[in-house]
Amino acid sequence: MIEINNISKSFGDQKVLNNITTTFEKGKTNLIIGQSGSGKTVLMKCCIGLFDIDEGHIDFDKRNFSAFSEKKKRNIRKEMGVLFQGGALFDSFTVEENVMFPLNMFTKMSLEEKRDRVNKMLSRVNLNNANNKLPSELSGGMIKRVAIARAISLRPKYLFCDEPNSGLDPKTAEVIDALISELTEEFEMTTVVNTHDMNSVLQIGQKISYIYKGNLWWEGSNKEIMKTENKELNDFVFSTELTRRLKLKL
Amino acid sequence: MKIIAEIGEYVLLMLQAFRRPDKGKVFRRQLMMDFQDLGTNSIGLIGFISVFVGAIIAIQMAYNMDNPLLSHKLVGFSTRQMMILELSPTIMSLILAGKVGSSIASEIGTMKVTEQISALKVMGINPANYLILPKITAAVIYNPLLIIFSIALGILGGWGACLTTGIMSTTYYVEGVQAWYEPFTLTYALIKTVVFAFIISSVSGYMGYTVEGGSVEVARNSTKAVVYSSILIIIFDLILTQLLLI
Ligand SMILES: Nc1ncnc2c1ncn2[C@@H]1O[C@H](COP(=O)(O)OP(=O)(O)OP(=O)(O)O)[C@@H](O)[C@H]1O
Ligand SMILES: [Mg+2]
Repeated sequence: MIEINNISKSFGDQKVLNNITTTFEKGKTNLIIGQSGSGKTVLMKCCIGLFDIDEGHIDFDKRNFSAFSEKKKRNIRKEMGVLFQGGALFDSFTVEENVMFPLNMFTKMSLEEKRDRVNKMLSRVNLNNANNKLPSELSGGMIKRVAIARAISLRPKYLFCDEPNSGLDPKTAEVIDALISELTEEFEMTTVVNTHDMNSVLQIGQKISYIYKGNLWWEGSNKEIMKTENKELNDFVFSTELTRRLKLKL
Repeated sequence: MKIIAEIGEYVLLMLQAFRRPDKGKVFRRQLMMDFQDLGTNSIGLIGFISVFVGAIIAIQMAYNMDNPLLSHKLVGFSTRQMMILELSPTIMSLILAGKVGSSIASEIGTMKVTEQISALKVMGINPANYLILPKITAAVIYNPLLIIFSIALGILGGWGACLTTGIMSTTYYVEGVQAWYEPFTLTYALIKTVVFAFIISSVSGYMGYTVEGGSVEVARNSTKAVVYSSILIIIFDLILTQLLLI
């Protein structure tokens, strides 16, 4: 469980996050939704400690992560898997080396065991026969999938995904969403997913936090979101033709 | 004011870099790759330039010393001295600052802007240690070898010039190369090289690591890496020469 307590973050005089308090629960897929520029990525980066927060604190299973020294943070980070918005694969390494990298750094597994784990992870994301390709030889969707495989290779306790399915076709996007939600249940992870994809929201949104201009505007589940009265959230949810038609049917 | 802040930041980054590596095996593998990238791949360039520089000096010396009262040993002697004292350690280091420095800064800088460094960090790895320490180690070990190689080729280049232009016989040239040799000059050259290697790799590592933004900033910081390394090399050349030779 991750608890966010009253955190705020500014860049210069631009206040990007304003007094946000929420919890991300264990074994659930927690979604953060909001328009482009609303502060989703910043919130995620505050959680994983890439940005220092100005106020408040963030607790990982009651451990006050944001107050830790860099060295102590490192220990909690070993329990995290992170998927960056752009994938952030190491471009001098092959797909296999990328996924194997955390195993090389933090386990004493034999090469055989590591290969085995890598292949398992890659088949989970439907990527077989790409082991020896370099990131520059992959498509955008493949990069995302390799990055997910790398993020889960150490079976993390906490998984953060920044727009895991942006830029993917609807079918692959659905596969990725399903995968994330399956893995979350299987490994009992606390998963946090940034998205503005309504399909993901409906498919895997067990707990949804809507960020509006840096404020936490609404929280609920995918069952509640279609019936919400909140004006800004309504505008966001029913901004596409597809969701508007869906609403008429409901 | 800004420069003091930057020096402080540089020192902090070096303190982070100089830690025991998380995994010895991973460090050794990175080191091997950096030996290849930063060292072995420069052999051709350094060799080529050294031969020509040696040849040019021999010819210039012979041209300047046609006075029969001067010893015939002077051509070989000066070629050797100039290669050891200045041309190999300093000029070759400046060339390496251009070649290796820009490559280190742009490699690390690109990793920074594509969030690969953030990815390392959130895996619980110390990126400065993982990325910069092997490069500094590789440069500090490999550059002295490159410089010895450069001295040898420079002297051979001078000999080649004697042979092809007929300015001097081989015996005279070799006598000159062997004349009045003080082993300390080589030590001095190697000390300088090690210091310069540290400057090139650490300053470039710092410039790459502190890139903020995109490809334009990566390019800007790679240029800065070369400029700052070169300036520091010349300043430390003067300081070390003062300290060691007088
Ligand atoms: N490093 C930074 N320095 C200054 N401002 C920043 C920085 N990172 C983000 N911002 C600002 O913070 C605001 C929120 O950005 P953020 O990246 O969190 O948006 P987002 O919700 O993730 O959008 P998207 O859906 O497009 O990814 C933006 O106005 C952005 O300009
Ligand atoms: Mg974002």
